Amino acid sequence: MNRTRLFAIARKEFLQIRRDARSLYLAFVLPIVLVVLFGYAINFDIRNIRMAVLDQSQSAASRELIESFESSGYFTVVARLARAGEADHVLGEGRAKLVLAIPPTFAADLGSGREAEVQLLLDGSDANTATIAQNYADAIVSGYSTRGILRGRTVTLPVQAEPRVWYNETLESRNMIVPGLVAVIMSIIAAMLTALTIAREWERGTMEQLAATPVHRLEVVIGKLLPYVGIGLFDVAIATVLGLVMFGVPLRGDVLLLAVMTLLFLVGALGLGMFISAAMRSQVLATQVAMIATFLPALLLSGFIFSIASMPWALQVLSRVVAARYYVSVTKGIFLKGVGLDVLALDGVAMVIFAVVGLGLAIRVFHKEIA
Amino acid sequence: MSGRAGLRIREMVKKEFRQLLRDRRTRMVIFVAPLLQLLLFGYAVNTDIRNTDTFVVDLDATAASRRLVDAFTSTGYFEIVGRSDRPADLVRALDHGDALMGIEIPRGFARDLAGDGTVVQFLVDGTESNSATITLGYAQRIVRRFAQQRAAEAGGLPPGGVDLRARAWYNPNLESRAYNVPAVIGVLIMLMCLLLTALAVVRERELGTLDQLMVSPLTPGELMLSKSIPVAVIALFDLAAVAVLAVLWFKIPLIGSPLVLLPAALLYILGGLAVGLLISTVSRTQQEAFMSMFLFLQPSVILSGFFYPVDSMPRLFRWITLGNPVRHFLEIVRGVFLKGAGFLDLWPQFLALAVLAFAVLAFAIVRFPKTMAG
Repeated sequence: MNRTRLFAIARKEFLQIRRDARSLYLAFVLPIVLVVLFGYAINFDIRNIRMAVLDQSQSAASRELIESFESSGYFTVVARLARAGEADHVLGEGRAKLVLAIPPTFAADLGSGREAEVQLLLDGSDANTATIAQNYADAIVSGYSTRGILRGRTVTLPVQAEPRVWYNETLESRNMIVPGLVAVIMSIIAAMLTALTIAREWERGTMEQLAATPVHRLEVVIGKLLPYVGIGLFDVAIATVLGLVMFGVPLRGDVLLLAVMTLLFLVGALGLGMFISAAMRSQVLATQVAMIATFLPALLLSGFIFSIASMPWALQVLSRVVAARYYVSVTKGIFLKGVGLDVLALDGVAMVIFAVVGLGLAIRVFHKEIA
Repeated sequence: MSGRAGLRIREMVKKEFRQLLRDRRTRMVIFVAPLLQLLLFGYAVNTDIRNTDTFVVDLDATAASRRLVDAFTSTGYFEIVGRSDRPADLVRALDHGDALMGIEIPRGFARDLAGDGTVVQFLVDGTESNSATITLGYAQRIVRRFAQQRAAEAGGLPPGGVDLRARAWYNPNLESRAYNVPAVIGVLIMLMCLLLTALAVVRERELGTLDQLMVSPLTPGELMLSKSIPVAVIALFDLAAVAVLAVLWFKIPLIGSPLVLLPAALLYILGGLAVGLLISTVSRTQQEAFMSMFLFLQPSVILSGFFYPVDSMPRLFRWITLGNPVRHFLEIVRGVFLKGAGFLDLWPQFLALAVLAFAVLAFAIVRFPKTMAG
């Protein structure tokens, strides 16, 4: 491999990217947009759930119960209903996500030591929010109930639960999303930029010219990859710094290990993109195939947002061959868990295999194309 | 519109249809890809938390501690994947990701349970914050029930108290798929509209056939119309196909009327076509068109309420979502599918969709002739 020729190819590729405004925008602005959107706009922390109250008891006890919902911070009372029939409307129109119905006998039952029943009607269409709301409501009512029946007495419950959350103590969704996002951003670069590089030469007819030069195919592949590796690393750095500085995402593990793993994943993803580019020979087709081969799996099957454990068996098996899955496990491990190579060894092996396969495919297909 | 214009449009529409359906790859994109994507998204986008992998460290090993563990497993929310009597194993299991949650029952649990009270520790892997929040809620509920039961048995807790009866409407089993699959339909249709419109126009420009059309008697308005009609027909067809698949394959209930969906779909597709045409006016090459599409689609999906409820977003972003057609359409599809909502319930969304569609369309109509000439 000749270093001058290698850098000549890299320089040519770099100039080509620089001239194309939209590619540059995609390479540098999109990662920032994604990190900001995911970091600010998206929050799995469900708060201020809109609720309606049907208080048929109208007593001090019922008002106290409603007050404990409001003061929890999880619920906002947006409507007070007069009749049971109205519950249908507020839920149907989506004005409220749940209705707390307190029956007329509530205060009397409580006062006489009978079990008082309150109803919670949830809009179940958004199952996730409904489940979380139900858990909160259950905790609030349970606390209220215990306070009520123990009034004036000091009996503590025999078991207390002491929950502790590890790795992401405050359960912030941005802490889980920012590390995973790095994988998605790199797959976008691979699908939208690298996938074009060789298809473009074919479409413009410059491939024959390139073949006629004394450049070795290894130099072409690696030379073309170099600028994209640079862009990819730059993007990872931006995403990481934004995550750390703007969103306070912890970085507990070894930065060097993260960099090495990232480089391996990047080489694999970009190599795959280049392989697709050379095999498809058409820019539009290559982009679409690369989206299906790199972007969609990174988004859906990597465990980035959607828990792999909740998927059906077939998709869990499929996710085993998705490189992004191992990479996301590496980033979450290093960012949040602070674990090292002893824990991430398997994922590390997966990264090495991915890099070798990606690069190997790119070189191989290129060889066949030229010949 | 004169009779001659009608004839020109009819011939152009025929040509467009032929061009779209002739290419095998485009046929795949139109007919097969949406169904495959619905299947993939339908299965992968799932936030139901069941059978959380749980590691148990029972340092007490008594009947009481086993009863607590049983209380966890009998709910179906937790599945024991490992047991040990050394807390270090629990740390290992969490670090390696073998378990997402750990229960640690202290020595003397049974004794303290009958005496001064005790504490059970559970550790949750917070890296998946949403699953962790839900898991935490379930675990706390189970321990609370267990404690109340024990207290009542021991006579320490007077009878009475408040019982919360929760009922979920529209989706009694709280399956997230029922909420997500209708939303996937909305995203797929937007993708289809953008892809076909933007690429159709830009391809003609790249191939130079747009110049040929320019010298034909076709006016820019007629050209826009004849590019849009075939795409609208295909998008409607796709919408129907995916909706049928959602109902038959995923068993998503369609409680409301398809007659409410149809006008919403028409407005939504109109909006999608307008955005597609607009993209075609700012793109010289297919590649540029493709990238612009991506830059539009990615934020619109994130800010649509597809993955995350709009209500939980900060105020600024909630305002931004008002200008996002995907958000309004998803609310309509979900409302019609799951709640049986009608025009009376959904008129704000219909209004927003109509305003957005016509505003973008007007913009595209102004821009389109200029870029054709240039």
